[in-house]
Amino acid sequence: MINLTPPLNTADIKKLRAGDKVLITGTLFTARDQAHQRLVKEQNPAFSLDGAIIYYVGPTPARPGEIIGASGPTSSYRMDNLSVPLMERGVKMMIGKGDRSEAFQKAMIANNAVYMIATGGAGALLSSKIKSVKVIMYSDLGTEAVHALEVEAFPCFVAYDVHGNSIFKGGSIS
Amino acid sequence: MRLINANKVSEIIKDALIKINYELDNSLVTMLKKAKDKERSTLSKSILDDILQNQEIAKSRKAPLCQDTGVAVIFVEHGLDVRIDGNLYEAINTGVRLAYDEGYLRKSVVKHPFNRENTKDNTPAIIHTKLVEGDKVTFKIASKGAGSENMSKVVMLTPADGIDGVKKLVLDTVFDAGGKPCPPIIVGIGIGGNFEKSAMLAKEAILRDLEDSSDDPLIRSLENELLAEINALGVGPMGVGGETTCLAVKINTFPMHIASLPVAINIQCHSARHLEVVL
Repeated sequence: MINLTPPLNTADIKKLRAGDKVLITGTLFTARDQAHQRLVKEQNPAFSLDGAIIYYVGPTPARPGEIIGASGPTSSYRMDNLSVPLMERGVKMMIGKGDRSEAFQKAMIANNAVYMIATGGAGALLSSKIKSVKVIMYSDLGTEAVHALEVEAFPCFVAYDVHGNSIFKGGSIS
Repeated sequence: MRLINANKVSEIIKDALIKINYELDNSLVTMLKKAKDKERSTLSKSILDDILQNQEIAKSRKAPLCQDTGVAVIFVEHGLDVRIDGNLYEAINTGVRLAYDEGYLRKSVVKHPFNRENTKDNTPAIIHTKLVEGDKVTFKIASKGAGSENMSKVVMLTPADGIDGVKKLVLDTVFDAGGKPCPPIIVGIGIGGNFEKSAMLAKEAILRDLEDSSDDPLIRSLENELLAEINALGVGPMGVGGETTCLAVKINTFPMHIASLPVAINIQCHSARHLEVVL
C-alpha cells in the first residue's frame, strides 16, 4: 500500500508499478467529457495543473446534509485525446476506469504521468472518502463541472505505469 | 374494461427507479459473493470486495450504488382488457422526473447529439410497448448506465456463420470491451428478427431473471458454453484479470429472413438495476 499526497512529482510517479494499491489524501480535480473539451482551451484554469490529479467523475446530487452523492469513476477512454495536452501542461495522474489507447499510454510515459483505476460502480463507497467539495470551474455543466474534492485515503490502483506495465487483461488494444 | 389511474403508473415507476438505484437484487449479491470467493489474486478479490461493500453502504444510507444512475428504460406489456386513464408515456415520464429529483439521482440525459444540453430531469425515458392478452399491465423498469451500453453492438452475420460465428463475435466483443463496461458483466444477446429487432431482444434478455435459462435446449447450451468461454478469457473484475468476467449470458431469439443472421450484444455492468412491476 502506497500513500500519496498531491501535487505529485516525477519521483512519485516513477516508483509506482501497475497493480499497486494507492491511497490518496489531498485534492482531486474532477473533469469528464465536457470539462475536458473546455480545459484544453483554457489559458488560466482555476487550479494549477502542475502535479495535479484529475478524477473522471460526474457525481449524483448531494442529499440535504451531505456534501456529495455517489462518486465512482467513469470510463477513461473518452478522454484519451484530450488528456494529452493536459499532461503536457503538468497533470501527473488521472483516475478513471477501463483501458485506454496506445497513443494515450505513449504520451503518459513521455510526460512521466500515471493512469489509475478506482473500482467502477463503487460510487457510494468512494464518496465516503470525500471530505469536502467545491465547484471551481464551469458550474453551468452541473455534474460535469470541475469540482475540487478533498479526499482522505481515496483507494485506487496503478493501471499503467511509466515503465510500460499494464494492469489489464483484455481491452481493445492489449 | 379495467381502468388504471395514470398517477398509479407514475408512482410505481418512481418507487421502482429509486429502489433499484439504492439496492442490488439479492440473487446478484449472492453471485458476486461467490465470484469473490473464487478469485485467486488479491487485486481481483479486493475489487469484488469494494463492489460488495458498496452495495451495503448504498442500501443502508439510501444512496445511489453508482454515480451513473442511467437512462430509464421501460418495457410495457399492456393487456388488451385494461386501459390506463390518461397518457401512458406522460405518466411514465412523470415517474422518471419524480424519481430522479426526489431520489437524488443523476440527470444524465441530453437533448441533442451535438449541443449536449441536459434535459435536467432525466426524461425522456426509452419506452417500448407491446400489446398482450389479459387485463394486466407489466412494467419492466431499468436504469441503464452508459459505460456498459457503449460497449454494445449489432452485427449482421450471414447464416453460414452459424453458432461459431456468433460465439466469436460475442467473445471478441467482451474481450475488446475489457474493463470498460464494469465487469463482472451480464451479457444479453438477441439473435434473429432483423436489425432493430435483434437489439430489442438483447435488451430484453438482460432484464431476464438472473437465475433463469432459455427454454430452447440448443440456446440454453449456447448460454452455458458462452458463459464458460467468456470467463476463460480472463478479463476479470474491472478488467484486471481474474476468474469471473461474466455472471450470466442470456440469449433471446426470433425468426428471421432466410438470408440473415442478425446478432445484437447488449452489455450490462455488475450494477444490474431492474425490476418488474405488474398493475
